[in-house]
Amino acid sequence: MLSQPDQAGFLPLDHMHVLVARLMQLGYQCLGPAVENGAIVMRELDAPDGLPRGLQAEQAPGRYRLTQDPHNRYFAWANGPQAIKPQTFAAKETLWRVERDAAGAQQFAAVKPVVPAQAIIGVRACDLAALALQDAHFLREGRRDRHYAERREQLFLVAVQCAEPAPTCFCASTGDGPTPTAGYDLALAELADGFVAVSGSKKGEAVLDALKLAPATSQQIEAARRQGVSAAASQTRSLPGRTLRDVLMKRLEHPRWDEVAARCLACGNCTAVCPTCFCHAELDEPALDGASSEHARMWDSCFGESHGHLHGFNVRPDIRSRYRQWLTHKLATWHDQFGRSGCVGCGRCIAWCPVGIDLTEEVAALTASEVKP
Amino acid sequence: MSTPNRIDAGAPHVATVVARTQESPGIFTLQVRLDDAAAQTAYRFAPGQFNMLYLYGVGEVPISIMSDPEERDVIGHTIRAQGRVTLGLAKLQSGDKVGLRGPFGRGWPLQEVSGCDVVLVTGGLGCAPVVSVIHYVLRRRERFGKLVIVQGVKHAEDLIWREQYERWAKLPDTQVLVAASEGAAFWPWHVGRVTELFGLASFDPDCAVAMMCGPEGMMHAAADSLLARGLPESRLYLSMERNMQCAVGRCGHCQLGGSFVCRDGPVFNWGEVKALLAHRGF
Repeated sequence: MLSQPDQAGFLPLDHMHVLVARLMQLGYQCLGPAVENGAIVMRELDAPDGLPRGLQAEQAPGRYRLTQDPHNRYFAWANGPQAIKPQTFAAKETLWRVERDAAGAQQFAAVKPVVPAQAIIGVRACDLAALALQDAHFLREGRRDRHYAERREQLFLVAVQCAEPAPTCFCASTGDGPTPTAGYDLALAELADGFVAVSGSKKGEAVLDALKLAPATSQQIEAARRQGVSAAASQTRSLPGRTLRDVLMKRLEHPRWDEVAARCLACGNCTAVCPTCFCHAELDEPALDGASSEHARMWDSCFGESHGHLHGFNVRPDIRSRYRQWLTHKLATWHDQFGRSGCVGCGRCIAWCPVGIDLTEEVAALTASEVKP
Repeated sequence: MSTPNRIDAGAPHVATVVARTQESPGIFTLQVRLDDAAAQTAYRFAPGQFNMLYLYGVGEVPISIMSDPEERDVIGHTIRAQGRVTLGLAKLQSGDKVGLRGPFGRGWPLQEVSGCDVVLVTGGLGCAPVVSVIHYVLRRRERFGKLVIVQGVKHAEDLIWREQYERWAKLPDTQVLVAASEGAAFWPWHVGRVTELFGLASFDPDCAVAMMCGPEGMMHAAADSLLARGLPESRLYLSMERNMQCAVGRCGHCQLGGSFVCRDGPVFNWGEVKALLAHRGF
């Protein structure tokens, strides 16, 4: 199950607040699940015992509805629309600003982000896999993004094993879940009476040591392992285990692209909830008095009209080419850029698509062997 | 050739417009000088690279550098007044300020050209990223073989630097082939598609490098023709254009398959991009 099970501790259910209190004591702003606009999102906890219990959500293509967990667990929900990405790659932030005096002289200055140290409680294996991909993009050797780096360095991640994946989940097939194996500071597996807890970093180890937990018993460790195996087995959707790079790039004129384009609204929801999508627009916001201007970046989507805009023409004027850009980037050319697919199997693009387009279904149609490319 | 060196402070550097030339009704050139002496000393570019020019309060645009890399004090940009930022840049005059980040991307493979013929194929304003190569070759003439310049425009009046083409045409070992789809009175060159001129280009396919910049359809036709003439694919290069906002391979707009055009290009070998150029939408 979680890495280093031999060093696992056991955190009784009614001691959850002790872990949160410790993180707060260390100065972390603690984020945990909260209900907002009918969805489970990560928000700041106001007190150590502020973690809600019993939250659950029913997910299906184009559908996300809050429900109640009959067992009143802390983490019985699979995932919400966002987890880590907004904390490291801010939806909008100023990169630099310029001031202009009456004589027209201009002065540019990089803007340093103000970032609190944050602990996120309840991130999933898919989120951690996505974070590793965002790291590969934004912290690329020699071209570190200062803003991302600043936020990333201060993160403390408490991962949770998914015991009940949603029907939209397929992380087992992408090899990214449902049990976290790397990239966390602490990882928890929720059992009926408490959590099997392991650390994955020096920071995590220090926190765990301070909690002075009793070691997890071999039965508890085995129960957590079995829970992960059965969660993986419960997933009904999947992507093919093989690399899709070549098969997709050979089918760039497949009729399925037209078919999916007829259903796709090009709303960009899939890219907004995707934990690996990194596109962002840069824009300028001059002050009303004309004395300064801020240059910001904001999440962008390859489904938008402006994404492929060039002087006088658009590289991707139609939805067919935009959907194809998204899917072939995510599943094919991502391999060229980052050495693996850009999909971590979280299924968010399926649940949050207003018309329920299912990436796994599109891939199956595009790669079906009976259809000639 | 000196190694490119980017000046990067996490924000643009201030530069002053030192000269503005109207090249044609819609095209102008801004020569700018970096205000900060240290930045000016540190800044080095290679032909084919580009800068991000910032217009106060409006935004940034990627613009190819058209000046000579060894002209150290001013940096030249030839721009078509087309969008929000470039229409504003068009209004600048000498003494006005811009922001500048750069240089970015991979330039032309000028080291490889040494001793061989240089074939330049450009269409429309595609000549701007390539004109620095022309100057580069002409200033170091002994290092290169024949220089072949093929340029196409839609209308005769779109041709900028007309006097220069006329001057280049008179130089030894230099061939200038210009075509306008629509001619005009006293148009001394071909009237028709530029693709009709490729057959006339005189070069040694065994020792030549071709560099193309312009509309993708034209580059495709040029590539077919040059490859049919026996030029190996490994010596055929082109400069690609895509939406660029960050210029450092981060914002994602310029992706062409797995490549970030701003970082991995804009100059590519034909073999690197030909597969995707065959499909509309990448």
